[in-house]
Amino acid sequence: MNNILAVASVVIKELYRRKDFYVLYILTVLICLIMASVNLFHDVHIVRYLKEICLLFIWICSLIIAITTAARQIPSERENRTLFPLLAKPLSRTQLLLGKFLGCWLACGLALICFYLFFGALAASREHHWPLLNYLQAGLLHWVMLAVVIAFTLLGSLVFAAPSSNATISFVFVAFILVLGRHLNKVALQLPEPRRSILYGLYYCIPHLELFDVRDLIIHNWPPVAWPVCGVAALYALAYASALLIGAYLVFRRKAIN
Amino acid sequence: MPTVENSAVTAQKSGAAARDIIAIEQLRVEYPTRQRGQKTKPAVKDLTLSVRQGEVFGFLGPNGAGKTTTMNVLLGFTNATGGNAYLFGTDVREPISRQRIGYLPELTYYYKFLTAEELLRFYARIFGIPNPDRERRIDNVLKLVELEQARKRQIKTYSKGMMQRVGLAQALINDPELLILDEPTSGLDPVGRMKVREIIQRLKDEGKTVFFSSHELGEVETICDRVAILNQGELKLEGRVSDLADQYHLNLERIFLKVIGYQPQS
Repeated sequence: MNNILAVASVVIKELYRRKDFYVLYILTVLICLIMASVNLFHDVHIVRYLKEICLLFIWICSLIIAITTAARQIPSERENRTLFPLLAKPLSRTQLLLGKFLGCWLACGLALICFYLFFGALAASREHHWPLLNYLQAGLLHWVMLAVVIAFTLLGSLVFAAPSSNATISFVFVAFILVLGRHLNKVALQLPEPRRSILYGLYYCIPHLELFDVRDLIIHNWPPVAWPVCGVAALYALAYASALLIGAYLVFRRKAIN
Repeated sequence: MPTVENSAVTAQKSGAAARDIIAIEQLRVEYPTRQRGQKTKPAVKDLTLSVRQGEVFGFLGPNGAGKTTTMNVLLGFTNATGGNAYLFGTDVREPISRQRIGYLPELTYYYKFLTAEELLRFYARIFGIPNPDRERRIDNVLKLVELEQARKRQIKTYSKGMMQRVGLAQALINDPELLILDEPTSGLDPVGRMKVREIIQRLKDEGKTVFFSSHELGEVETICDRVAILNQGELKLEGRVSDLADQYHLNLERIFLKVIGYQPQS
């Protein structure tokens, strides 16, 4: 466990010493603050639109940070040859993989805290109330969802040759699931066999990341989801992340790294 | 994953190879190739070699001889196609075999966003060095490689020579019993080379074992106890430097050229 935490700490250091996070954060803050300064149509509920756009930016930025960070971990270590002195230590490939995953996940968690704090301050400045439980639940579910994305991207980094192609494929895959994933079963109903069975199979195989999207609850100030349900959703995400990490381990253990 | 059977085999081998810090038995490494009529190309062919405790061992050969491939197997970067290799009697496939070694690669690259101090702290943590000892060792190795002034600067600001010294520092952080060096003086100025030689000599005086590959045969002749010469994946010659000099009545460079079959153009 000590080795895993050591590797994770280096990943976290890398995140806050690179400029990616700061660029995305400042961009989000600037755009949202500029929008907040405008009051179109004198709509008293305009804060809902502001919250919606801000949360959309947070989701996009968090996916960019998660996928780009995870996609470059092992390939850049190979390319920069930092992998060799590392694996020449008493560190197994399993520990390295888990350390990279944990580091990416914790780093994304820290980034999410910064984003959601800004969001909370922005929303509170207009609504003058702060539904902490809602924000906490949304943040936790968002963070747990990113575990699946990071695990998938880490597996991709071992399968695909270039980090750029892995990042592109991961983005497309995540966008597909978030936008279309929930509708696959409805589309399947319209199709004849065997396409119906194939699409149903796909529907049940893919991780349903849209289940973790509770932005509407925050935007419309609806009550939070029951916490036991959140617990089940978290277990669902961790099960998928574990399966993807096992796949990554099976690929990595036999891979020649020189 | 270690199994009961593997552990039993390891224990059996431990008894026989206890005096040997490095034991290589019939090692074979083959890479896939796209050449016609050949599915695989052997990089190392049935290599058998041992390095005893306290020796400075020079691992020589022309480019493409299989030296780096052999080192990669010892360090667990590459899986052998056949044969076995042991460090301190432990199969090299087990990460614990690397607990008492230090490795300096030929091309020294480390995490650019870390400082030298942070890098050493990270590696020390992987070795399981407890906290009070950790800081003391970091101070000692940074002093040894003369990087105290730059310890808090990020590695991306370092020159090539400083990177090499960071590499040496991380190879020594765990006070290793065995040091594996891949072309340790490559790219260094004469002062840097002398410092590396001094460190190797110091380690030898402390009873440590050094296993290194180099093209600087003059240096090898000066500091090595034994050498092995590889060519095209096969071991061509092995023995004490002094014995080889007596046998061939030539210096090491001439012996090397003779063994690999180099014919000078007259």
